Amino acid sequence: MRTSTSARWSLRLLALAYLTALLAVPVVLILWRTFELGLGAFLASVQTPAAISALNLSLFIVAVVVPLNVVFGIVTALALVRGRFRGKGLLQAVVDLPFAVSPVVVGVSLILLWGAGGWFGALDRAGFKVIFGVPGMVLATLFVTLPFVVREVEPVLHEIGTDQEQAAATLGANGWQTFWRITLPALRWGLTYGVVLTVARALGEFGAVIMVSSGFAGVSQTLTLLVHSRYVDDQNTYGAYAAATLLMGLAVLTLLLMSVLNRTRRTT
Amino acid sequence: MITVTGARKSYGAFAALDGVSIDIPAGSLTALLGPSGSGKSTLLRSVAGLEGLDEGSVVINGKDVTGIPPQQRGIGFVFQHYAAFKHMTVRDNVAFGLRIRRRPKTEIARKVDELLEIVGLAGFQHRYPAQLSGGQRQRMALARALAVDPEVLLLDEPFGALDAQVRADLRRWLRRLHDEVHVTTVLVTHDQEEALDVADRIAVLNKGRIEQVGDPQALYDRPANDFVMSFLGQVAHLGGRLVRPHDIVLSRDRAEAYAADARVTGSPGVVSAQVDRIVRLGFEVRVELTSEEGSRLEVQTTRGTADELALLPGETVFARVAHPVAEALAG
Repeated sequence: MRTSTSARWSLRLLALAYLTALLAVPVVLILWRTFELGLGAFLASVQTPAAISALNLSLFIVAVVVPLNVVFGIVTALALVRGRFRGKGLLQAVVDLPFAVSPVVVGVSLILLWGAGGWFGALDRAGFKVIFGVPGMVLATLFVTLPFVVREVEPVLHEIGTDQEQAAATLGANGWQTFWRITLPALRWGLTYGVVLTVARALGEFGAVIMVSSGFAGVSQTLTLLVHSRYVDDQNTYGAYAAATLLMGLAVLTLLLMSVLNRTRRTT
Repeated sequence: MITVTGARKSYGAFAALDGVSIDIPAGSLTALLGPSGSGKSTLLRSVAGLEGLDEGSVVINGKDVTGIPPQQRGIGFVFQHYAAFKHMTVRDNVAFGLRIRRRPKTEIARKVDELLEIVGLAGFQHRYPAQLSGGQRQRMALARALAVDPEVLLLDEPFGALDAQVRADLRRWLRRLHDEVHVTTVLVTHDQEEALDVADRIAVLNKGRIEQVGDPQALYDRPANDFVMSFLGQVAHLGGRLVRPHDIVLSRDRAEAYAADARVTGSPGVVSAQVDRIVRLGFEVRVELTSEEGSRLEVQTTRGTADELALLPGETVFARVAHPVAEALAG
């Protein structure tokens, strides 16, 4: 089927208008509001003790969650693609659970499990605060970000097959050497994308984290929670815009960093 | 020298190898030939250790390697789909086995250059596999396998993924390489022409068993059974017997045909047939006929003979064998 020139152009225009209204305008609006008062005001707003603490906490959570997800993600993807075991279907479903369950529900269930009255409540009563503390926020973030690395690595594993690994074995490489020199480099694009998604989600997670955070500024606020509390509780709209811009900046930085990292180990 | 004894391997109810024993002489280039599902790849992969045997043993150069992993078997393996390390340059691909063995840098560099020279990829060191053609990738894979000085070189349908012209070039090239390097080589193929072209010994496999092993000429002229006869080379049915299509002679004269046939001992007789089609393939001419019993018959002849006969579609001719024919010894 051939479309006329005018039809093609109006389709393009429609798609562009849709993307502009939905994506570009809100982002540009926040950037504009942030830098309306100049760079100095922005820097001052993101250098308050509460903002610095929130930035540190967000980065800390990312630093814990990403390595755990990378290890778990690769192992699980390998098991799902290569393994032959009973309950594989169940594992498939469980991996997707965080996509299906609302983050708020995740928060509530974590409270039920780890809270003072929960199954593991003894820990809480002994003075190790999981809920309303940093460990709870890490757990909540882990839960919601769990599928990303698995689901990005899995199709790559399917695609590369086992030929390259068998070739490495015939050339004398043991399992560990094969994994580091062949499997991992072959997976890196899927892994990169999984990590980017994990970082973005870990930085941006709100529902699950707010349920298990005590919400004290300077103690247990992530950047995302800071945006919310500045906007809703403090009526500090400018502060919220500034924090939001910082959050976006981090996401862009992640993307850049990952593509640079991949370029230095250039391929294909 | 590779000795496989009593090899059995099943996948569920399917017996991929059903009691295979074979000796592969040192320095030979042996082809494992058979249709898909005949067990030829499984046999090769069990020699490599990529597949474990349910029963039986594999001995390479006097060393029993049955339970030993592929890493320690001293083999080189080439896969049908190259199995190139896509994230490495040609140089790093070829150097892989040497790096794993922690050889000195200068030795690796010298050896890699030497091998790339042999396989005709000098100057391609810094390319990635994606920047090579299929034939170049397979030559790289061959250099990679040869780099570790394997005791035996195992090739699993190495030219299967290439187009006809490149296949023909590469197998001739492999033959020359083998004549230079002399490493014991086993090649799996389903292509009888390929086996006849490169191998000095052929083992024909069918349904997980070895039907016959021997040099190409012997297998072609004295096949052990109908399967080997029809798998290695073309066959035609004449008077209820399997014969080679180029052993059939056509003539227009009935009396002459019967007279000539009487001089051939054990001939399947004279069959009259109608010419359906004449296909000229350059020097070779293929005549397609329908015999008086209604079965189809194909005859290979040369251009000269065909021109003399000046056959036309619709004409009736008399088919007989030229001499005591290659015939299955049993079965």
